[in-house]
This record gives sequence, structure tokens and C-alpha cells, in this order.
Amino acid sequence: MSERRAASDEDERERGAGTEQGTPYASGTLPAPSPLPAESPLPRRSTRDARRAFEEGVLPPLVALLVALVAGDFLILAYGQSPGAVYRLLLDGTWGNAYGFGQVLYKATTLVFTGLAVSIGLRGGLFNIGAESQLAAGGFAAAALGLLLPAGAPALLAIPLCVLAAAAAGGAVGAVPGVLKARFGAHEVIVTIMLNFIVLALLNWVVAAKLHVPETLHTPEMPAGAAVPRLSALLPAFHGSAANFTILLALAAAAAAGWYLFRTRRGYELRAVGLQPEAAEYGGVNVPGVWTRAMALSGLLAGLGGINYVLGYKHYYEDGFAGGAGFLGIAVALVGRNHPWGVVLAALFFATLSQGGLAIHALVPKQIVEVLQGIVILAVAVSVPEVRRILRGRRTP
Amino acid sequence: MTPPLAISITDVSKSFGPVQANRGASLEVPVGEIHALVGENGAGKSTLMRILAGMYAPDGGRVEVNGRDVTGWTTAEAIAAGVGMVHQHFMLVPTLTVAENVVLGREPRRSLAGGLVKVLARGRAVREVAELSRETGLQVAPERRVSELSVGEAQRVEILKTLIRGARVLILDEPTAVLSPLEVEELWRVLRRLRDGGGTIVLITHKLDEVIGISDAITVMRAGRTVERLVTRETTPAAIARAMVGRDVNLALEGGAVLGARDAEGLLRSAQDGPPHREGSAIEANVVAEGPHPTPRSPHPALLSVTDLVVAGPRREREVDGVSFELAPGEILGVAGVEGNGQTELIEAIAGLRRVVAGRIRIGMRDVTALDVRRRADAGLSHIPEDRHARGLVLDYSVADNLILGRQHHFTTGPALDRGRIAAHAAEQVRTFDVRPAEPELPARALSGGNQQKVVIAREMGRDFSVLLAAQPTRGVDVGAIEFIHAQLRAARDAGKAVLLVSAELNEILALADRVAVMYRGRFVAVLPRAQASAEVLGPYMTGATGSEAVA
Repeated sequence: MSERRAASDEDERERGAGTEQGTPYASGTLPAPSPLPAESPLPRRSTRDARRAFEEGVLPPLVALLVALVAGDFLILAYGQSPGAVYRLLLDGTWGNAYGFGQVLYKATTLVFTGLAVSIGLRGGLFNIGAESQLAAGGFAAAALGLLLPAGAPALLAIPLCVLAAAAAGGAVGAVPGVLKARFGAHEVIVTIMLNFIVLALLNWVVAAKLHVPETLHTPEMPAGAAVPRLSALLPAFHGSAANFTILLALAAAAAAGWYLFRTRRGYELRAVGLQPEAAEYGGVNVPGVWTRAMALSGLLAGLGGINYVLGYKHYYEDGFAGGAGFLGIAVALVGRNHPWGVVLAALFFATLSQGGLAIHALVPKQIVEVLQGIVILAVAVSVPEVRRILRGRRTP
Repeated sequence: MTPPLAISITDVSKSFGPVQANRGASLEVPVGEIHALVGENGAGKSTLMRILAGMYAPDGGRVEVNGRDVTGWTTAEAIAAGVGMVHQHFMLVPTLTVAENVVLGREPRRSLAGGLVKVLARGRAVREVAELSRETGLQVAPERRVSELSVGEAQRVEILKTLIRGARVLILDEPTAVLSPLEVEELWRVLRRLRDGGGTIVLITHKLDEVIGISDAITVMRAGRTVERLVTRETTPAAIARAMVGRDVNLALEGGAVLGARDAEGLLRSAQDGPPHREGSAIEANVVAEGPHPTPRSPHPALLSVTDLVVAGPRREREVDGVSFELAPGEILGVAGVEGNGQTELIEAIAGLRRVVAGRIRIGMRDVTALDVRRRADAGLSHIPEDRHARGLVLDYSVADNLILGRQHHFTTGPALDRGRIAAHAAEQVRTFDVRPAEPELPARALSGGNQQKVVIAREMGRDFSVLLAAQPTRGVDVGAIEFIHAQLRAARDAGKAVLLVSAELNEILALADRVAVMYRGRFVAVLPRAQASAEVLGPYMTGATGSEAVA
């Protein structure tokens, strides 16, 4: 994190040592603010910072991406196809036309929520593997509340209520591992994994036994007022794609997460717990309280992801709608380096891969993109220290 | 032809990313010498020695051992060639016995079931270790579990581990940090014996009295370079300090008296006379140099009072076992003792970081026993923790963010942090406490040890407080920073604050404290006014040699 700066500090220290005065401190008085030697302001401070941010934050995912693309080349060649043609097809089918792009935006919206969920946890030193079931719980709560609303409920009332329900349900599922960790020291990874099975099975049972439309595994449709409009309502070119205005909620969530993490006292305390729990404890932070809060927030964000499918797309809850988006959120958080805007970019990337898989199916099996996803995740996990070592080697005089 | 040097390092450089730890460092140590490698924190001592021990490969330069070019060798090769390093942090298996630890990796084995299975020949291992222990004077009980050992004993095991592998060149990284004065003396005896048997020893340290007392020659490092090679007999502490820091340093441990060249020579002479607890010790020399303490003890009500405090810990159920004391305004109470006798638990219990089993803690008139860390801080308690890397700083946070740790709730507008006020506060503290470089946005990790500690001190002392807990406030910081921190602690006392000082350095306690308590096995076994306290008097209490009756 700090090696680059450390170098210049050492220079600073050295310069400082040379000019330092040997003033003994008189006893009995507060040491006077000793006049500092006129330190030359560091040159090109902002350039330096920008470069550091790039090398540490942006470069590793980019290198990971490159590694994955090269590995993909070989896979595609193994199928006797031209990598150029396949990648072109992938881009054409995603960013190359309005429908494909709309689908990318739709898929990215859910991933922004689950990615933010996982990164809030990681910032607090907690690994939330339960985004999948928190997402499902949020979607179910929104759909179930929608069913309770009268048929003519206005959107201005229905949508916020459903959003609240999704947030509350996701937050409640997320809070369970938080409370168990705070109270009994139960490891959140184990608890969230187990809760995935419990919550998903429970929802499956409720839908199958009580709430489903005959011959299907989904709930009845919600009143029209609870529907979030599609983007195609504003931009007709998106016609047919599932992209909807939940994406604005996703961007707002990213902005709010960024504000919370980096601008508030709670965020300061949460990150301190994640970095050094002992120092946080020393700093008067209630560490178990932060665990509970971070897990609840994490679940809340994942739960909000359910809005995208339930209110924005199908208008009902369907068993298995999460479809791995919660687990993919882990990858999104890692590639996005746990930064809200990094998460947004990473969500777009993984959504592109997932949508592009459908486009390239004509030439190569679409599972190739899953292999690519796997390689990106592995490469990111490895590249963080790797890239830095490479950079170090280069700069060694 | 002269025999080859045991160690000859020429122009070695090593960088870790952009941080250049060694730049053209050179070191020459002949066979049969105790050589002190001194320098401030971050001067590159440990890196250089790790290169010698094969842990790092140098980027440039040449390393020779006994005339053989061994540049870039591995630890296995180093061990095979008789170069062993004893690290600051012990690497022992606590559940195994001393003998098992010592022979680990090269265990004597015997065959069972006609050679099908080979098992540890425990008896032979014990005999080997006992024999080596006798030869070297490193006293250990081969069959005890390592988890039951004191720090000093554990260190002896570490040294034995190195020696049993045939080390002729022994590197010790700050070996005395955790030892009592008696244990230090014993270590010196062992090292002298090893030297006289033809061994070569390199001692990393930054304690000048040790350098003077034990070494034959000295190499001083500064900013990655070796700047001076001195012969111990022909130099003075002042000269060594000057070489370390690059300027003159006030060596006086007590305020007021600045040790000039004459005093420093006195210190040197007395140190050469013998170990600190014979007559005319180094510590005593300082004490004599300083004159009477200001003793404005007035009948003010205590600022901190602790009554029958009992604290549980990881090793013992009563890590603090019924401690009571009162701290008056304008008083420094020094808690001496070998580490691990409950000092950490005592401080953390008062700070609110550890649950109290029984007893009361009052700040002023207020009972804070049930309050959390934050409320105790708000009640006027400041705390310099003993481990700044684990507790005192969030290393990846900026200096500015670290300067509000524990008081973050005072720097808010609504739920948001007030960045403007945090920046202004940081700029002021960095200036007042002379944190270098004066860049509040740097991550704390990027600062040197001394400057990191200044950040902690700035945060804890640059605000309103009435009671200060100072745990090992100068551990691992350089001479210049020690001088600064001591001045701060005295200034706090003189401003009417109450200071509870815990230090493993007896010198530091004797230099600063108005009263000295000795902690042994969770109890205050002695509480003496400073005038009656000296290394000779305190030593037996520290090792438990006097039983456990409290002395008033």
C-alpha cells in the first residue's frame, strides 16, 4: 500500500536529519514546537498519488483481464475458432447493440448490489458468502409485500414499500451471522454458507407449498403500481431488454456505500475493524457492534438486488431467480477492489461476459465465459501481490 | 598472511520495492570478536544481518564468510556453514520440550521393528542438549515444556538451537529487549565464553550501555549505510550516538543534566568496570549525574486510584492479582518488572480493554470500572499502548486519521466526519510534535518507528487528559525520539498530570519515575520512592528473589 511513499519519506528523513538542530529539551517546560527545517514541498504530489492509485488499484484487475483474455485465446483456438472473431462476436452481442447492452445493464444492476454487499463486509473484515440467500430473501419479501397491496396502489407508495421490504429482509438474513459472531464468535463464513441452504430451502418451500401459481414455481403477479419502469419506456431502443430503472437505485447505493465507508464516523470505524481490530478496540470502537452492523448492511444491499428482478423485470418472485448472482458478487467485489465505483465497473464486466456467452454460443460453447470468469477471479487474487512485485523489480536501481 | 575474516560484507545494497534498506553497507568482523551493529530504527541493521544469514539475497555487493564468497546463499547453506541467527521473535514449538525444540529438524533417531520405523531417540536428544548446555553455560532444563519457560529461558533455547547446528558465527537481533538485568548479565557471560572459544558474534542493538559493556568493536549504520567502524575501548557513548543520529544527542536520562563528554566518559568507565549491579554501574552513573528530583508531592486527591484489581489473562487466571495504588497529580509511577508479569494486563484493564474480575478503578472521583474505552477516554484517560503496530495505529490509515483514533466521535458533523477539522487538527499536531515528514496524508505505515510513536504521543498527549498510561513508550524508537518522548512525559508530570509508566527498561523507569513499583507475578511486590530505588535494590524484586511481601 505504502511502499512508494515510504521511499520518498526515507529521502525526506535523511534530508531532515541533516538539517536537524541538536536542541536539548529543557526539563519542566513543554517542548517548544521546534521550527521545522524548511522542507521543500514534494514535487508533483498529485501526479505521484495518481500514479500510485493507478498502480495499486487499477492495474491489477487490468492485468488479470489481460491474462484471462490470453487464456481465452488458447481455449478458443482449441475449438478451432479464431479468437478475434469470437471476441468480436462477444462485443457485438453485448455493447454492440441496444438490446444486448440493455441486458448487460440489467445483469450488472443485480451484480452491483451483491458486489457492494460483499465489499462492505470485506471492508469490515468479514467474508459474506451469503449474498445469494440475502438476495433471494429480498426479492421474496418485495414480491410478498406486493401481493398484500391493494390492486390500485399508487407507484409512489408501492415501490418504496417493496424496496423497504427487500432491504429489511436482506438485512435480517445478513444480521443473523453478524449477531452470532458478535455473541458467540461463530465464524461468519460457516454461518452464511449454512444460511444459504436454510433460507433458499425455506423460500422454496413457502413458494411451492403456499404461494405459487399452479404449474409454476413463482408467486402471482404484483399489482401494476409496484412495477419499476423499464429503460425502454424512456429510450425505445432498449425494447425487449430487461434493463429498468433499478439501475439508478444501484448507482445511488454505490454512492451511498462510498459515502458511508469513507466519509462517516461509522465507516471510519468499520474500516478500522477490518484493517486492525485491536487498534479499533483501542480506539473505543465496539468491535462486535461493528460486525453486526456490517453484516446487516451487507445483507441489506444484497436484498435490494432482488428489486431488479422482482419489481423491474418479472413482477413476481420465482424460485432460483438469484441464479448465482450472489456468489458472483464475491468476484465482483474482488475485481472491483472493494471500492464502490470499482464494483460498478466490475459488475459491468461480469455482466458483459455473462451476456456475451449467449452471443458466442454459435462458435464456441458458452461455458467458455465461465472459464474466463474463473480465470479473472484467480488472476485478480494472485495479481495483487504479483503486480506489485513486478513493479518493484522494475524500479530497483 | 592474515587469517580470513569471519564476516566480510562489501558494498551490499538491498531494496524492497522503493524502500532502500541497504545502500552500500560494509561490515568486517574478525574471528573471535563480539561485534555490535548499532543504528536507529530503519537504519538497515536487520536487513543486513538477514542477508548474512541467507534470508534475503542482496541486490548488489559481496558477502564473504571465512574468506569464501557466499553472496546470495540460502538459510540452509548458511546454517551448514555455521552461520546462525537468533531472531527477536522466538520460533519455538510451545508444546514440545526444550530438548525436542533444540534438535528439531536434525533429531537423533533410533530404529524400531527391525528398522521399519524410526523414532526420536528422546534420551539421546536430552543428553546432547544437556551436554551442550553445560559446555556453553546456557542453563536450561532439557525436559521442560517450552510453554512453561520464561522469556530468558526461551532465548537460551533459541541460542542452543543455533549452536547445536554447529554455528560459529552467531547473530543476535536485539536479544535483551525482553530480559531482566540478571538475565542480560548471564547472556553476556555466555557470549563472552563463546567468543573466547573462537566464536564470532554480531549483536544488533540500539542500547548504548550494552554496546559499551559487551562489544569489542562497533559498526554504526545510518539510512542503510555503514557510516563508522569503532573500537569499543577507544570510543564514547556520545560518539556512538552522534554517529547513529548524525548530530549531537542529549544523553541525559534525567532532565536538566546534559551529559557532556566528561560524563559520558564516566559512564563508559563505570560500565567497563563491570555489570550494572556491581558498584559504579552505568545506571548509577546517570543517577548520580542528575541531582535531586523535584518532589512537589502535595496532598491533592488522587487522579487515578486502583483498588484490589484482579484481571484474568491468557496464561493465568489472576494475571493481575490484587493490585492497589494511587496516583497523585504531578506524579510518575514507574512499574518495573520483567515482561509478562501482568504489566500489560494491568494497563489494558485500566484502559478498559480487558475485563476486570474484581476491584475498582477511579479516575478522579469517578468510578470508571464499568465504563467502556471511549467513556474512559472522555473521562480524561490517555493511553500510549505498548504495541503501536497492533493497537496504537491503524497502519494503513493516514497520519491525520490516526490522530483522531479514539476521538473520532468528536470530529463529526452529524454522521459524517468533519474532514476540514481533521485536517486542521492533524496539521497542528504534526507541527507541535514534530512528526516527520510533516505530511498528514501519508499512511502511518510509511513513517519510521520513532515518528509513528510521535503520532501516538501527539494524539494521546495533545489533548485534555488527567491520567496517562504510558506502556513501553520508547520501545523500538531511536535515541532522538527517546529524548523527545521523555521530555514530553516530564512535561506532562510538571503540568500536574498523573502518569503510570510501564517499561521493560529499568533505566527509563529510574530516569523518569517519582515512585517505582515492581510487578512480579501479577502483584506489586515493592513500591519505593525513587530515592530508594536502584538496579541493585529492584533487581531481586523483579526476579522474585525476595518472596512476595509487599514493601511500603
